[in-house]
Amino acid sequence: MIKAILIFNNHGKPRLSKFYEHYSEDTEQQIIRETFHLVSKRDENVCNFLEGGMLIGGSDNKLIYRHYATLYFVFCVDSSESELGILDLIQVFVETLDKCFENVCELDLIFHVDKVHHILSEMVMGGMVLETNMNEIITHVDAQNKMEKSEAGIAGAPARAVSAVKNMNLPEIPKNINIGDISIKVPNLPSFK
Amino acid sequence: MALKIVKGSIDRMFDKNLQDLVRGIRNHKEDEAKYISTCIDEIKQELKQDNIAVKANAVCKLTYLQMLGYDVSWAAFNIVEVMSSSKFTYKVSCSQLQLQSVDAVLITTIINSVSLPLVTQDLSSPNQYDTGVALTGLSCFVTPDLARDLASDIMTLMSHTKPYIRKKAVLIMYKVFLKYPESLRPAFPRLKEKLEDPDPGVQSAAVNVICELARRNPKNYLSLAPLFFKLMTSSTNNWVLIKIIKLFGALTPLEPRLGKKLIEPLTNLIHSTFCLVFAVLISLSSGMPNHSASIQVRDFPLKYLGLLAMSKILKTHPKSVQSHKDLILQCLDDKDESIRLRALDLLYGMVSKKNLMEIVKKLMLHVDKAEGTTYRDELLTKIIDICSQSNYQYITNFEWYISILVELTRLEGTRHGHLIASQMLDVAIRVKAIRVFAVAQMATLLDNGHLLTGNMQRNGICEVLYAAAWICGEFSEHLEDPMQTLEAMLRPKVATLPGHIQAVYVQNAAKLFATVLRKQEGTTDSLAAQETSQLLIDRLPLFVQSANLEVQERASCILQLVKYIQKLQQKEVEVAEEVTALFAGELNPVAPKAQKKVPVPDGLDLDAWINEPPSESESEDEKPKAIFTKEEPKHTRPRHTEVDEKELARRREARKQEQANNPFYIKTSPSSQKVYQDQPGVEHIPVVQIDLSVPLKVPGMPMSDQYLKLEEERRQKERSERKKKEKKKKREKHGRGRRADSGPESEEDITPAHHVDIVTEEMPENALPSDDDDKDPNDPHKALDIDLDKAQSKSVVMLSTDPAYSQLPSFLFQASDLDFWLSSAPVPPVMQVESGYFIPQVMSAQFLFQKSTKHKKKKQKKEKEEKEKKKKKKHHHHHHHHHHHLHSADESVQNGTVEEEEEPLPVRTWPMWWFCMPHVLGCENYVFVCVYDVQGNLQDGSQVVVSVIFENKTDHFLKSMEFNVLDSLNSKLQRPEGSSPHDGLAVPFQLPPGVSNEARFVFSVQSIVMPQKLKGTLTFIVKTEDASTHEKLDFKLHFTCTSYLITTPCYSDAYAKLLESGELKSSSLKLEGVIMPFHHLLARICFHHHFSVVERIDSCASMYSRSIQGHHVCLLVKTSNQTVSIDAKCDEPSLLGNVLDEIKHTFSQC
Repeated sequence: MIKAILIFNNHGKPRLSKFYEHYSEDTEQQIIRETFHLVSKRDENVCNFLEGGMLIGGSDNKLIYRHYATLYFVFCVDSSESELGILDLIQVFVETLDKCFENVCELDLIFHVDKVHHILSEMVMGGMVLETNMNEIITHVDAQNKMEKSEAGIAGAPARAVSAVKNMNLPEIPKNINIGDISIKVPNLPSFK
Repeated sequence: MALKIVKGSIDRMFDKNLQDLVRGIRNHKEDEAKYISTCIDEIKQELKQDNIAVKANAVCKLTYLQMLGYDVSWAAFNIVEVMSSSKFTYKVSCSQLQLQSVDAVLITTIINSVSLPLVTQDLSSPNQYDTGVALTGLSCFVTPDLARDLASDIMTLMSHTKPYIRKKAVLIMYKVFLKYPESLRPAFPRLKEKLEDPDPGVQSAAVNVICELARRNPKNYLSLAPLFFKLMTSSTNNWVLIKIIKLFGALTPLEPRLGKKLIEPLTNLIHSTFCLVFAVLISLSSGMPNHSASIQVRDFPLKYLGLLAMSKILKTHPKSVQSHKDLILQCLDDKDESIRLRALDLLYGMVSKKNLMEIVKKLMLHVDKAEGTTYRDELLTKIIDICSQSNYQYITNFEWYISILVELTRLEGTRHGHLIASQMLDVAIRVKAIRVFAVAQMATLLDNGHLLTGNMQRNGICEVLYAAAWICGEFSEHLEDPMQTLEAMLRPKVATLPGHIQAVYVQNAAKLFATVLRKQEGTTDSLAAQETSQLLIDRLPLFVQSANLEVQERASCILQLVKYIQKLQQKEVEVAEEVTALFAGELNPVAPKAQKKVPVPDGLDLDAWINEPPSESESEDEKPKAIFTKEEPKHTRPRHTEVDEKELARRREARKQEQANNPFYIKTSPSSQKVYQDQPGVEHIPVVQIDLSVPLKVPGMPMSDQYLKLEEERRQKERSERKKKEKKKKREKHGRGRRADSGPESEEDITPAHHVDIVTEEMPENALPSDDDDKDPNDPHKALDIDLDKAQSKSVVMLSTDPAYSQLPSFLFQASDLDFWLSSAPVPPVMQVESGYFIPQVMSAQFLFQKSTKHKKKKQKKEKEEKEKKKKKKHHHHHHHHHHHLHSADESVQNGTVEEEEEPLPVRTWPMWWFCMPHVLGCENYVFVCVYDVQGNLQDGSQVVVSVIFENKTDHFLKSMEFNVLDSLNSKLQRPEGSSPHDGLAVPFQLPPGVSNEARFVFSVQSIVMPQKLKGTLTFIVKTEDASTHEKLDFKLHFTCTSYLITTPCYSDAYAKLLESGELKSSSLKLEGVIMPFHHLLARICFHHHFSVVERIDSCASMYSRSIQGHHVCLLVKTSNQTVSIDAKCDEPSLLGNVLDEIKHTFSQC
């Protein structure tokens, strides 16, 4: 079972957190901090597995993570999951994000957390892996996006327009972060096939 | 209307949406908390509005805030409310929210009151994504109640037409199982079916769920091995493969034959996919025979996995790993902490008597080098673990170990002081031979105590002083200079130590004092003794003022004692003897679980009242009294039985043998006191033989390295001595023939430096052996430990039409096909993959074949007669017929008319519910037990698949089985092209004795409105040792109308339309005297007759089912006062009539 999925940036700011077991908000924040602490101090060229987060789970659990540009993708799993399988899953997740957002970068994750959640829910459900086939995931996500749009219909149009205008009027986005740097480059993993 | 919507949305567009919130937070970096609190206020306002869109937007923002760590549980109700909206968009946002974080009480009340109808409504929504979102949401907040209520709905969804829904439904079943374990049994057959689902996604979900289930209780899933094996060889999905291999990893230890079977496909896999190799290694190391490991450590993740794999292999094949020792030690230098930790783990299993010192030496080097306290602490615990594993099995020299422990105390900033301390105590107590050495070491430690306590930050390590003080005090007779140690223990600096250590100091100072007195009185130097007392009197007041109660109490007690002693001393009275008696006796180690395992003595009823319970009213006052007096003799008698002297002596002796000298064991015999004083057990302790090649005292602070050197020298010496001896022997035996060379030094050759008596921990007499100590009663998976083989038979019971099925013999469903599969015979086509998609149909009936031949052996006959007698006692009237038949067969044997060609006996074909299982219970004369299962084929409305399980109950091999059915006009067995309608179908396997297997036969059916019975025959060859005979069985297949129905979910709107259409003919049925609860009744109809509940309102429910040819069958079931009325509608009246008849029959059986 997957116990939790966390995405945070190089400074430990959470970008997405999904817990499949119940923790209080405080504990969740503590777990994120602890995980960041553990993961961030590791070199780039060491293995992607890590044992012994104290808060989440204890000895049976492992942290499996990948570091893409400015973001860490961390899966906390128990012993029933295969390490390489999860590593592959992270790759699938990132590639899917890349497809859905077209050159995904950290900002996409910041402003479209709901979408990311949405994509994730097509891959992992209740801590169990639902789908590992990227095309399948994208098909379902697209279909649901379409549904949302058609539901909003005319009524949604003004709101969309306003939000588009708001986006245009906000020059601080590019100011704060240099988009060129943070675009997540999806390296090709040696294929599992 | 439209205007209103637009207006609403225009209002809305000036609200903050999620993006605005994020942007806002980013713009208020300095006062983020303040900004968010205003946002939360806004959200609260938004939630109060009527517009559902506004609320949805608010909920969406809450999701984000929750991630940032803000409590959102206050909004639980609104979240559920938004969830109930009809718009997909809004639901999505809610399902993302982790509602589970909401207070548990709240959630049960809210969900049960509000969301249950909502969720069920969603579950049956026509849109697959609506259902999908409902399922996703459900996965976050399944509660036991919700699980119980929704289990059957989800089970229906598992056979939804859309793979997307099936996939999700299958996955969520795991969550349901966890919360509501009872659902596992009924759901399991369907789950098993999903393993063969045409959609790979569903397949993978099912594999996921079963793997997760099997991880905790693998033995229950052993029977699925053939299925998984097939999946493994056919699947191309890596995820599924990995999961299956993991599962096999759990199964192989249970079934060793599986390992052999797996070797071939796995080697294929290894060739094709390199990355899988390690997954394979990891799982199979547990079960593969003669598995030799070779790791190539190249890539970082692979290096890690390689080490992981090795640790698994180590458990079974330690030899193959030990050869990689150097490689693993190298890994300790790796810069990656994960890899280092893994390597450490491996070392734990690799040590032997031979290499322990060497490995620990290397580890000690690492301890010195290591940066970072976590890794160093890990090293420290590992060193201790390695040394102390299995009762110090690998330690040959305890002096070395003590010095290692002492060296470890010099570590800075470790948290594991208490661990070192407990090891010191343990070794000193249990290894008697080492005490002299240990005491000397501890005395030095105490002397240098200030070094350890110098920095209060490092207080972890001062725990060691606790051990040191205790050891010095307890074994003070071994001290060289007790006076000096006493001094060291009473230094003012001690007062800075933690309270519990001070307490030990004080107590043990008293013990030391006793020893010192004894020594000093021996030399008749009374002045020295008085000085010692004075020292205590001077120093102890410091402890009397301690803030710690324990220290204070002990100190003041001892202070008074010493003062009294001093008084006596001044009168020149010899006190040493009495003072020593204060601390006489020896402390023995007691096993941690000893207390728990003390058996309750006979005749002691812990539940009985000791005093009579307080009476509630005066009228009842007499009653308890009577009970009490009545019971009294029963309880008291066993206690007061006088045990005669002999028995007592015998017992005492036995006990002495068992646990030589334990003063702390509560003994019932009066002699225990004596045992305490005489300490007769001392004789049992072997006198320590000191190997003089090792000097007992190493001058100065001992270095463990010195021991390593000494040890090596000693071994070398031994070896050379042994060689000399051998040479001598060789010389003596020269000419008689060569003897095998002694080869490399083996484990046993290494003799310990000195013989050590490791005292085992004590357990109470006749302690109850129990293994359940490790099991965690709170483990949710424990509840899922359900024997599913049994489950299958039980589900049959539920599904069958006859209560007699409850007597089904379990052998029908045991893993005998597994045995067959595992046997060396070529793999039979178990479970052929059907291209079509089958809706499960339940077992509608069973039939069995009667052996129509005679019994040829007298032995068999005898057995039969015995069985018969039993049967006569058991069985009922309609078996008489049957008995008669047996008799006639026996008679013919007795008459000696043994014929080669069998005389065609009248073969009875009984009606279905007649030859139900009671016959199987005692059926030696049946060759087969067959169970069949009729399934409708959804893809093809004119096909029915009959799965027959053949079980060979004879002692002979059965082969060339042919299955033939006499086709009727309506139903035909589908035969391969070109064969005539009278040809039989060959059953594609042979049956060794006691084996069962399943075959499937496809029938084409034209009309399904009538139930049908088909006559058929099975011919086969029985192969005995000397001959083979051709035999024939007749049987009858029964296709009920129910078996043509397929459970199909239906939505209430569609259902209403269907009823309104007016195309359906109606019919009705009344059942009297049904006492079961309404939901049981519904469940019964669902299970037995493949209906699904569309809607249920109080004691009224509508149900729906569809036949394989698309007939709609609708039921309206009402109940009142034990009367159930069923109004039914169907577009085919005769089908309806028959189905109703079958329903009636079902209920007439209960």
